[in-house]
Amino acid sequence: MSLIIDHIDKSFGALKALDQIDFEVRDGELFGLIGPDGAGKSTLFRIMASLLIPEAGRCTMHGYDVVKDYREVRKIIGYMPGRFSLYMDLTVEENLAFYARVFGTTVTENYDLIRDVYEQIAPFKKRLAGKLSGGMKQKLALSCALIHRPQILLLDEPTTGVDAVSRREFWEMLKGIQKQGICTVVSTPYMDEAEMCDRVAMIQKGKLLDISDPSRPAPEEAPLLYSLKSNKGVYAYLDQIRNMEACKHAWLFGDQLHVTLRTEEGAVEMRALIESWGDPSITWKAIRPSIEDRFMGLMEHGSESQLTNGEQI
Amino acid sequence: MVQQEHIIEVKDLVKKFGSFTANDRLSFHVEKGEIFGFLGANGAGKTTAMRILCGLSYPSSGEIMVAGHDVYREREKIKKKIGYMSQKFSLYEDLTVSENIRLYAGIYGLRKKQIATREEQLLERLGMLQIRDRFISEIPLGWKQKLAFSVAIFHQPAIVFLDEPTGGVDPITRRQFWEMIHDATEEGITVFVTTHYMDEAEYCDRVSIMVEGRIEALDTPAALKQQFESENMNEVFLKLARK
Repeated sequence: MSLIIDHIDKSFGALKALDQIDFEVRDGELFGLIGPDGAGKSTLFRIMASLLIPEAGRCTMHGYDVVKDYREVRKIIGYMPGRFSLYMDLTVEENLAFYARVFGTTVTENYDLIRDVYEQIAPFKKRLAGKLSGGMKQKLALSCALIHRPQILLLDEPTTGVDAVSRREFWEMLKGIQKQGICTVVSTPYMDEAEMCDRVAMIQKGKLLDISDPSRPAPEEAPLLYSLKSNKGVYAYLDQIRNMEACKHAWLFGDQLHVTLRTEEGAVEMRALIESWGDPSITWKAIRPSIEDRFMGLMEHGSESQLTNGEQI
Repeated sequence: MVQQEHIIEVKDLVKKFGSFTANDRLSFHVEKGEIFGFLGANGAGKTTAMRILCGLSYPSSGEIMVAGHDVYREREKIKKKIGYMSQKFSLYEDLTVSENIRLYAGIYGLRKKQIATREEQLLERLGMLQIRDRFISEIPLGWKQKLAFSVAIFHQPAIVFLDEPTGGVDPITRRQFWEMIHDATEEGITVFVTTHYMDEAEYCDRVSIMVEGRIEALDTPAALKQQFESENMNEVFLKLARK
């Protein structure tokens, strides 16, 4: 195991930021952490990076304890915090050289590792980091986090606020880094990115909801999830679907509605309702839940506690 | 078919910063009551164009009318007719829920009595009556976003500009937010929105995609998907912006 998180707790005053977080990441794995802002993702990263001490529980990186052996931990990890980690008043190449020296290495020594990433920004190497576009800053920050050839790479929301093209490119780079045998833990608020990971941990309000492998169907699922599409658009149908006895919940999903039924028999009621609309362009079928469907399903399980919390604040 | 009213009319909009052309002859219109998605990669020129439409910056050239007013001569009139919300800036963290509502309503010149009635209605609708005296810094992000949107349309503007309104919120709150947007259009408000979530582009009536200062595509999501032979808007976006 590259990384072991063993029942970690962390509070800030009355706020429980992490509540009994417990999971392991395998060697060479591309492991995702998804959850909304405030879920506790950054707190967990700071603990893994030895920058914050947990109240309870243990965290080890390649066997090194993040509290006791923090010096060793810092040598073997590369950490890219969500808030920007570069020196804005240094140029691209100065930033990279600086990080290499801090870790007692040189840019040339490990250049093969960062080549694919760095070559995309090399034409701007004399430019100040502060003058780079968002996508380029990210590529530079990733190069800096990799320059000492870490065994574990920690990336805290590297793609937040970045456009869809740069996000796609960034994930292709992460796949490339994985081929070099580096274990990566990466967080994101974009559910579609989670599908690119080997495994994904879903976190909400400091609690681990689930860990799943996006390529495998969830084990417990009976065919309860349906996707519904119409040339007329589906928003107009949303209220009627939700008012069905059989409907557990229904949400917009791109140009479709995703409807979760309470029981398999509920499909009969849904068929009757859909036929009553007389819309010939409607298509509907049972589908396999995506990571986003799963996440939303798990959130709804917790929705009662959400309400109580809301009233208490 | 009835001729649709154009709430925004843009003809040959050019904006230059020195030798750099941020907006290169943009021409488009937005129909009254529609949800108009304004997409593009980082640095494509979206923010520049949006600032001009909001009356915050002058174009270098072009004819631009927003809510019936000219962006060169009637910027103050435009500002009264629009609402604005972004993920980065929306509410004052060190004011309470109620204070934020009253501050914005006051800025837009609503009368005290009007404010009091509408504030009650709004808080009731959002289920926030119990937390009206809480500081914004104390309430969850999802609630903040919903409140920020409600505040942006509190003065019943003709158009509301939303700049990446859903960044960082959970997938359920994101969808509830879009349902609020749909409800606003039913009250006749036009919505002009930018986002990096491509599934959200599907919720728009029409979508424009900017690449390097130019509008490369503009149509309904269905037509764009057909035109670019794509399964979804993400593919359309990648095909256009990656050239």
